Amino acid sequence: MNESAWDGTLSASEFSASAQAFAEKWKLNNPAYPPWTWVKSLEVPIFATNQVSLVEEGYLSLENVCIVKSNDDEVASCVEGEASLYDKEDEESTDSATLTSSGNDNVQPYYFDFHIIYSASFRVPVLYFRAYCSDGRSLGLNEIESVLPANSAKVLLESKWTFITQEEHPYLNRPWCKLHPCGSSDWMKLLFQAVEKVDRPAMELYLVSWFSVVGPVIGLGIPIQMLKEP
Amino acid sequence: MKEAQEFVWMGAIPLQIHLHESEVTTVPPPPPALILAPRIGYLPLLLPLIKPYFSSTLPPGVDTVWFEYKGLPLKWYIPTGVLFDLLCAEPERPWNLTIHFRGYPSHLLIPCEGEDSVKWNFINSLKEADYIINGNCKNVMHMSQSDQLELWNSVVNANLEAFIRSSSKLKSGTIEDDYASKISWMVLGKVPVRLYVWNVSEDFGDMEDAPPIDSWDRISYVNRPLEIHREGKCFTLHDAIKTLLPELFGKKRKPSEGENDEQSFGSEEETKNNRMTEEGEGNISQPLETGSTADDDPEIKLLRIQGIEPKLETPISWVANHLRHPENFLHVCVYIKVPSAKSL
Repeated sequence: MNESAWDGTLSASEFSASAQAFAEKWKLNNPAYPPWTWVKSLEVPIFATNQVSLVEEGYLSLENVCIVKSNDDEVASCVEGEASLYDKEDEESTDSATLTSSGNDNVQPYYFDFHIIYSASFRVPVLYFRAYCSDGRSLGLNEIESVLPANSAKVLLESKWTFITQEEHPYLNRPWCKLHPCGSSDWMKLLFQAVEKVDRPAMELYLVSWFSVVGPVIGLGIPIQMLKEP
Repeated sequence: MKEAQEFVWMGAIPLQIHLHESEVTTVPPPPPALILAPRIGYLPLLLPLIKPYFSSTLPPGVDTVWFEYKGLPLKWYIPTGVLFDLLCAEPERPWNLTIHFRGYPSHLLIPCEGEDSVKWNFINSLKEADYIINGNCKNVMHMSQSDQLELWNSVVNANLEAFIRSSSKLKSGTIEDDYASKISWMVLGKVPVRLYVWNVSEDFGDMEDAPPIDSWDRISYVNRPLEIHREGKCFTLHDAIKTLLPELFGKKRKPSEGENDEQSFGSEEETKNNRMTEEGEGNISQPLETGSTADDDPEIKLLRIQGIEPKLETPISWVANHLRHPENFLHVCVYIKVPSAKSL
């Protein structure tokens, strides 16, 4: 066991392993959502003493997640089979794919693509995402912030650790939104010390814990079961 | 060290900037703007110099400025010198660019709201470099707003004296290894590098014949810190490229052998002399020697940093210390020919 203090970061190969573990747990515990897929960016031979191992570098992708925002600032995801929310004042029961709203506004569904990409510079995962309307039009940064659930907008405003910027996707040459990584190692370290009471986590769980903090910021929660050891 | 820094900071690209024909409303059309652009600067910062040439001819509307070279929209956050080294295989003087004031391609380029966007991007890169070198962003975070502004302004004005004064507050230093002076900065032995790789599929004799880059998808951008291995042997520029592109050069990983002290210093001297001539004549980059089946291995056709083509045996510490940009990243443009179907 490594005795020196853990700095909250992980290596590229640890990220790849952790990503796999995360995707598996997600599939198991979040059946209502589509699964995360692994997009391979390259295969890197790593030479260590006498052996060569092949580490796959890539990123996690979850696309076409439908997020619906009603007037009451309640957010549900269309992909969930059951209706999760309905307006208290409205007696009509809800459809499985839509929410009713109290006002006369149409409920506009937005589609999100999420990519979890490893930053070699900061040695932490970084969340990239983009949003678009059903007609395919991309949403600008301001629009996205207004579409996010109220509590995540609050998190964005108040937290010095989580803020969103528009930057170029590391592989796709297109503008995406990025959740800033600078403080990630700090809060990951705190999370593990405070919650798990270990100095160094099992690296496979890194992404699960990371996502438990980052997910709610962009309206994606994870079920409690995912945080427990299998 | 100072001499090299001056060389880098004084480097400039003569630009001839044409207004896109769709935005010309006067007859005759305005002549192009001739601007000398600092290599270490960024295109949007030139706008105050350029706009007067065209303001009277623009159609009504709000300005959303972007630049383009032979149809390729230019990424504004890449330093001007790097764009030139990458996109002009055969250096074009003056470099003919097209400017647009309308119709920003926001599906391709991240938004640029003038100098603030460029400054923000610069400071973030500075933080990233700080993190790579020190394992934290404290140096940059502890700079006061006014110091950061002073640093930024020195870059905008390409004022090296002001930059040196400002960056002393950043506690920057030099990279240490056996072949460089020992003012230490590099706590973790990592160099911030941004590598722009153009994978050329065809062979071409002269740089003039190189096909133009028509899409950013043809360029592989590698933003990965370079870890210097201190094995008592010199870690060269060649070793650095191989380390940064393991998917291409995976067979050989160890630093080049057989480089004795004198030879390395020799190449250092040569490089110093060569850099005085911007043309880089006689400074042809060497084809990759792997000792294994040469046919299968990628060939480095061209490697440019700050407009020069350093010899591949140059110690990476020298390269990084002397040729880095103000935000502490080393930007390297490389044309590689991969013979087989291997791609990045």
